[in-house]
Amino acid sequence: MPTTDAILEVRGLSKTFPGVKALQDVDFTLKKGEIHALMGQNGAGKSTLIKVITGLYKKDGGEMLLDGKPFECDSPEEAPKIGISTVYQEVNLIPNLSVAENIYLGRQPMRFGAIDWKTLNRNAAEAIKKLDLDIDVTQPVSSYSIAIQQLVAITRALDVKARILILDEPTSSLDAAETARLFDVLRKLKSEGIGIVFVTHFLGQVYDISDVITVLRNGRLVGVKSVDELPRLALIEMMLGKSADEVECVEKGAGEAGDAVDAECFLRVQGLGRRGAIRPFDMEIHKGEVLGLAGLLGSGRTEIARLLFGVDKAQEGRIFVKGQEARLTSPRKAISLGFALCPEDRKSEGIIADLTVRENIVLALQARTGIFRRLSPKKQEEIVDRYIKALDIKTSSPEQKVGDLSGGNQQKVIVARWLASNPDFLILDEPTRGIDVGAKAEIENLILHLSREGMAVLFISSELAEVIECSGRVAVLRDRVKVAELPREAINESNIMKAIAQTEGQ
Amino acid sequence: MSFNPACLKNENLGKLVWPLVALFAIVVFNVIFTPGFFNLEIKDGRLFGSLIDILNRGAPVMLVSIGMTVVYATGGIDLSVGAVIAIAGAVAATIIRPDYVKGVIEYGEMAPLVTVIGVPLLLALLAGLWNGALVAYVGIQPIIATLILMVAGRGIAQLITEGKIVVFIHEPFQFIGGGFLLGLPVPIVIVAVMLLVTYLLTRKTALGLFIEAVGANPKASQYMGIRAQLIKIATYMFCALCAGIAGLIICSDIKAADANNAGLFLELDAIAAVIIGGTMWGGRFTVAGSMIGALIIQTLTTTILTRGIAPEVTLVFKALVIICVALIQSEAFRKILTGRLAKTEAGQS
Repeated sequence: MPTTDAILEVRGLSKTFPGVKALQDVDFTLKKGEIHALMGQNGAGKSTLIKVITGLYKKDGGEMLLDGKPFECDSPEEAPKIGISTVYQEVNLIPNLSVAENIYLGRQPMRFGAIDWKTLNRNAAEAIKKLDLDIDVTQPVSSYSIAIQQLVAITRALDVKARILILDEPTSSLDAAETARLFDVLRKLKSEGIGIVFVTHFLGQVYDISDVITVLRNGRLVGVKSVDELPRLALIEMMLGKSADEVECVEKGAGEAGDAVDAECFLRVQGLGRRGAIRPFDMEIHKGEVLGLAGLLGSGRTEIARLLFGVDKAQEGRIFVKGQEARLTSPRKAISLGFALCPEDRKSEGIIADLTVRENIVLALQARTGIFRRLSPKKQEEIVDRYIKALDIKTSSPEQKVGDLSGGNQQKVIVARWLASNPDFLILDEPTRGIDVGAKAEIENLILHLSREGMAVLFISSELAEVIECSGRVAVLRDRVKVAELPREAINESNIMKAIAQTEGQ
Repeated sequence: MSFNPACLKNENLGKLVWPLVALFAIVVFNVIFTPGFFNLEIKDGRLFGSLIDILNRGAPVMLVSIGMTVVYATGGIDLSVGAVIAIAGAVAATIIRPDYVKGVIEYGEMAPLVTVIGVPLLLALLAGLWNGALVAYVGIQPIIATLILMVAGRGIAQLITEGKIVVFIHEPFQFIGGGFLLGLPVPIVIVAVMLLVTYLLTRKTALGLFIEAVGANPKASQYMGIRAQLIKIATYMFCALCAGIAGLIICSDIKAADANNAGLFLELDAIAAVIIGGTMWGGRFTVAGSMIGALIIQTLTTTILTRGIAPEVTLVFKALVIICVALIQSEAFRKILTGRLAKTEAGQS
């Protein structure tokens, strides 16, 4: 490929981890003012490629050129100095510091040897405004939603006069409006000549914004195509390495599985509410039913999950489990009633990154059986082997640290953890966030499979298509109020959108 | 050990290599410069020798390190162990000679051994409960929460003994610090028993896994139904119990309760031992590593004393060794070192 206006060139890059060839002979070229999508399934090597470029990993072979000159970052701190800024999928901000502090951390404006707070906050406010964001920059980052935190992280990355901006799954927690806002910013940056690498699993967004697509599979380069000459189907085929007929993701007949309103009612909620979190709502979930929760980010979906799992305590309302009134005072209590939660924030509430896959999987069951009835190593092995196989968790061994797995596999480990403890009611909060197409379909199929076996499932997702595909009923939320409940026949995109968009009074 | 050999092999043994190397180096130094370092004698069916001496003297550090290890693994720290040692000793001595501080020389009725041991240990557990409750339920940072008892505890011990050194004679109690069992000094036997108990408690039940889970991610652990608060409190109580036992050993050994000096700075030795041993702050722990760490520190102390170096230098020397071991363990440091080596090699070739 001619490389006249290329800023970043990668040739024949290789990277090997113990037991895995993460990258083999990969080429990648980024031009000025280009938005370049990097696509591929989990474990395709996208993250590894980015981490080698930014100096988090050392390359084993190949060369990397910046403006035609070879370069290599020894540490991730060096990358921004030579103009390569990265925003990672999981927000990497310091929760206790303010938005402004986070944006300028490490390069605070100084005055007489002390931090110049006035300038700091003013600059931060200006930088934030460029993204059309209207927030108080002196508030701690933790007081904002993940979506806003993501935008703050992008602001931080942009502020270092980046020439190359790498965005790893930047939109996975943004709603449509926020994504559109981000894309406006990206287009503006593009017109200023910045090269943007964009990693995402949302096919639609790739076609909305990118110019060129590079597809990786199993650590190898599959192809580089401009967006116009690559139809969606062909892209999916490139990513999966098989033809579309084989990819028929979610089994048909989903309807019968998710639909079990006549079955025994597992959970009934009356007027459950908590100030500032969710207005009192009623809800019923039956055995073998998938209840979908649809709504925009911040509409109260996660708040419902937290109330139902006893993480936050309800201030009013009553809960009946199998007809018996129950008080959900703690997650432990909820678990004893047969509840399980795969939380939205995988990294800080889900996995225990330093422990092994085996330990992460057996922990919930072990917590249930108690300290003094330790599962024997043999039993643990059995359970772990079963779920690694059943959920197709890609790990080099059960003794690998969970933190080293890809996002999709981490999610599967969390699901496996709960399946091992055999719950009656599974709450899944954004289980497919940041997960590739293949793993997504697997998780969707799993949900249907579980419900068919009699499990009650509460399924929360930002992706309407997913909710529609999996749910037997859908509850729609808007601004922390439950506004509608759609029966099976009425579940479709337009009805949900209407419910979300409707104004007061039906 | 039957606990998951694969896991031990990969993580724990790998971590133990560097502390073992350091211990080995100190031992080699002693073999060369201290004549008869490895000599073991049996007199009247009792073992004597430098090695036995090190183990015997090191018993308090080793005991406290066991407790410190589990606390450290939950993402905590216990600064109050030295103070608990002082309290345990002061209480034991006062039970033996209740009126000594008032100037009464007579012993009165000889206190039963159960009371002399039991009451101090109960108080130690209470101290641990206090620490644990402050950390787990009140939510105070461990270093601050235990600092309270570190400062106040020694004061309490001094109040009990009214600032005096309470000397005593109590044959059964003296057995703990000075007696022999199966040819070995009793403190060594106590350490061995506590190690066995700890191993069984943490690795034969799920407690060890829960401690590591709570330390590595308290929130996720709670969402899995693990009682994080209870586990934290249990570790602080266990740590205080270890300190209490150490306090009894020290007190029984010197036949006196010295509230000012008993267990002084022992918390620092224990923390150093845990860190040298390779336990993660909040996460994986290895009691075996901490034992090696404690042995390094004790061997060093003994070496310095037997070499006739002024005891004041001991602390500086300890600090140097700890820095070295910590540096060797640091991945970043090793990278710099190997990077340098690689560069010079490249330069030469």
